[in-house]
Amino acid sequence: METSRILYIPCMIQTRYISKSYDQKVLDDVSLSIEKGKTVSLIGPSGCGKSTFLRIIMGLIQPDSGEIQIDGKVMASKNALALRRKMGYVIQSGGLFPHLTARENLTLVTHYLGWDKAKENERIQELSELTNMNPSMLNRKPENLSGGQAQRISLMRALMLDPPILLMDEPLGSIDPLVRYELQNDLRSIFRELNKTVLLVTHDLGEAAFLGDEIALMKAGEIIQTGSIKEIIEHPANEFVKQFVQAQRSPLEEY
Amino acid sequence: MRFLILLLLSFCIFTNSSFGRVQTDEPVRIGTKTFTESVILGEILKQSIESDGYETAIYKQLGGTRILWNALVGNEIDVYPDYTGTIIEEILGEREIENREDLIAVLNEFGIKMSEPFGFNNTYALGMKQEQAEKLDIESISDLQNHPELSFGFSNEFMDREDGWIGLQQVYQLQPQQVRGLDHDLAYRGLDAGNIDVIDLYSTDAEIDYYDLKVLEDDKSFFPEYEAVFLYRSDIDKEVVPSITRFEGEISRDEMVQMNGEVKLDGMDDAVVASRFLAETSQIKSQISVEGFWDRLWRHTLDHLYLVGISLGLAIIIAIPIGVLAVKVQVLETAVLGAVGILQTIPSLALLVFMIPLFGIGAFPAIAALFLYSLLPIVRNTHSGIKTISEPIRESAKALGLPDSLILRKIELPMAVPSILAGIKTSAVINVGTATLGALIGAGGYGQPILTGIRLDSVPLILEGAIPAALLALLVQGLFDLVERWLVE
Repeated sequence: METSRILYIPCMIQTRYISKSYDQKVLDDVSLSIEKGKTVSLIGPSGCGKSTFLRIIMGLIQPDSGEIQIDGKVMASKNALALRRKMGYVIQSGGLFPHLTARENLTLVTHYLGWDKAKENERIQELSELTNMNPSMLNRKPENLSGGQAQRISLMRALMLDPPILLMDEPLGSIDPLVRYELQNDLRSIFRELNKTVLLVTHDLGEAAFLGDEIALMKAGEIIQTGSIKEIIEHPANEFVKQFVQAQRSPLEEY
Repeated sequence: MRFLILLLLSFCIFTNSSFGRVQTDEPVRIGTKTFTESVILGEILKQSIESDGYETAIYKQLGGTRILWNALVGNEIDVYPDYTGTIIEEILGEREIENREDLIAVLNEFGIKMSEPFGFNNTYALGMKQEQAEKLDIESISDLQNHPELSFGFSNEFMDREDGWIGLQQVYQLQPQQVRGLDHDLAYRGLDAGNIDVIDLYSTDAEIDYYDLKVLEDDKSFFPEYEAVFLYRSDIDKEVVPSITRFEGEISRDEMVQMNGEVKLDGMDDAVVASRFLAETSQIKSQISVEGFWDRLWRHTLDHLYLVGISLGLAIIIAIPIGVLAVKVQVLETAVLGAVGILQTIPSLALLVFMIPLFGIGAFPAIAALFLYSLLPIVRNTHSGIKTISEPIRESAKALGLPDSLILRKIELPMAVPSILAGIKTSAVINVGTATLGALIGAGGYGQPILTGIRLDSVPLILEGAIPAALLALLVQGLFDLVERWLVE
């Protein structure tokens, strides 16, 4: 029943048999399809290849073999720039340009595309409200922003062109827990509200379940299981999935 | 047919006369060697030519024999004073020259003419302190064979010349334990201080009497005659030639020794000494203006800033793109960084001299050398400034879907600015120091008083170049520090 759905509903992101090796194999025939408007959380232990997979979809790294389709178009070097603009990219930290103010970080690409000031300001206004960002912060340089503020700016920058796709690589990985909790709430409502297709890399099962419609579990360059959190907990595909689920510690269990 | 030949012939004559230097509005270019006597003779010639109504340009202390000769043959200068012995032994050493006629004929092959001798023979000699010579019972050069313990200090040119130490050592079978090369004008000081025992002398040096030196007899007649003459280009304006040849037989050894003494020992200006000589012997009234300290300082400062400014400006324009290229084109990276690195390892003095055959003498070759020197720090810092930009930044820029050229302009270069600026600062400071060497090839600047100061053994003159050069380096450093701080704000 699952497979028939993937066949008939158009996919925003589709990868087929992606492989990539450096000194050793990092990705091994990874295929993943994400329907329009769905959020998939890609989860797995460190070094399992999930960040590399995300970079390949973004077109930042060339795969050794395999094919990527974005919104039905096969990615190639000649359309890479255009396809990248259909995807917003948010990384863990350090992605903001340190020599530019927050506002300049946001307008770099719109400026290049020739937007006028009014249109830029309007878009920034919308996104500030959406991400609960205080507009007075926009004149600061990244070094003068808190971690949470910097990630909100990163998200705003990724959303400036209103791309249909968001790729996020542990966006909340270096945020302290209280702010993180708040941002998780914000992200969930933003994903729902904007109807974006999202691929989110995380190593936290709770976050993966909270934000994702589906979870893809990865190990050593392969996707082991894809499904809802319920399916993964109740029907783990193998011993590894079982262990991975059990290894998530709840603060309440010691209580 | 005959008409055609005639046409061709007249064309040749026409081009010859228009491309040969016959126009009188171009200045007569005079060069001098680095020692005082040569400078005085150059100054005398300058005033002589000017009193006849011609323009001159004088390059004082341009260098040693080779540099002057090459500049003359290469049409960088028109005339300079030299000595018959030097010409025969050093410049034309490989040719068979028996007599004056041979010499003139060989010079003619190079398009060079020689004036008749002025009337004094400034030969090489060896000298030591009178009292030490008496104590060791040394009269002639042969006597030195018995004293290998004596330390010898020779001018650098003498060390390397066939008619200098190289030949002398063979003819007299000398094997001293210590032979040092040093500037001739400093040699007397070393002798007086007792650091060295035997030095080479020019027989017209005023210091011989001043320091009470014993001139050792050349008992094997090794040293040839060194009659002072002017060498000038055959294509020089015919009208100027009498101003050059008027000194034939007119300067005696005593007069030359006296003039050398006035400049070197009494600290008189060479222009003043030359002017008085002309007034007394030739009834030539020359116009000389002795520059005051501040005028001189200002002129040297302008010259120096000119050298530094142009060479550094060019280096910035060229080096930043090269640095970017080294980052962007992987195959060029090692080659480019290696090449500019090697440039830096060439000793600055050598690099300056290498420039002479390419660019002649004056400011241009100095700027070329300084430019090459300034490349490395800027290229390297541009390269590393871009290279060290973190991976997340690089990825974020690409992920935005911006083209590479825009990423370079808006992100990579601005982020590399502090590093590039530091490179420019390093280049500028090195450049200010190295530019003092420019005076060696006639480029002027703060090196000029330093060179003159070394020649005249005058510490105040040396400081007149060294202190402003150091201050300028500090000023440049301070300015760049300010700009850096302002950028960080």
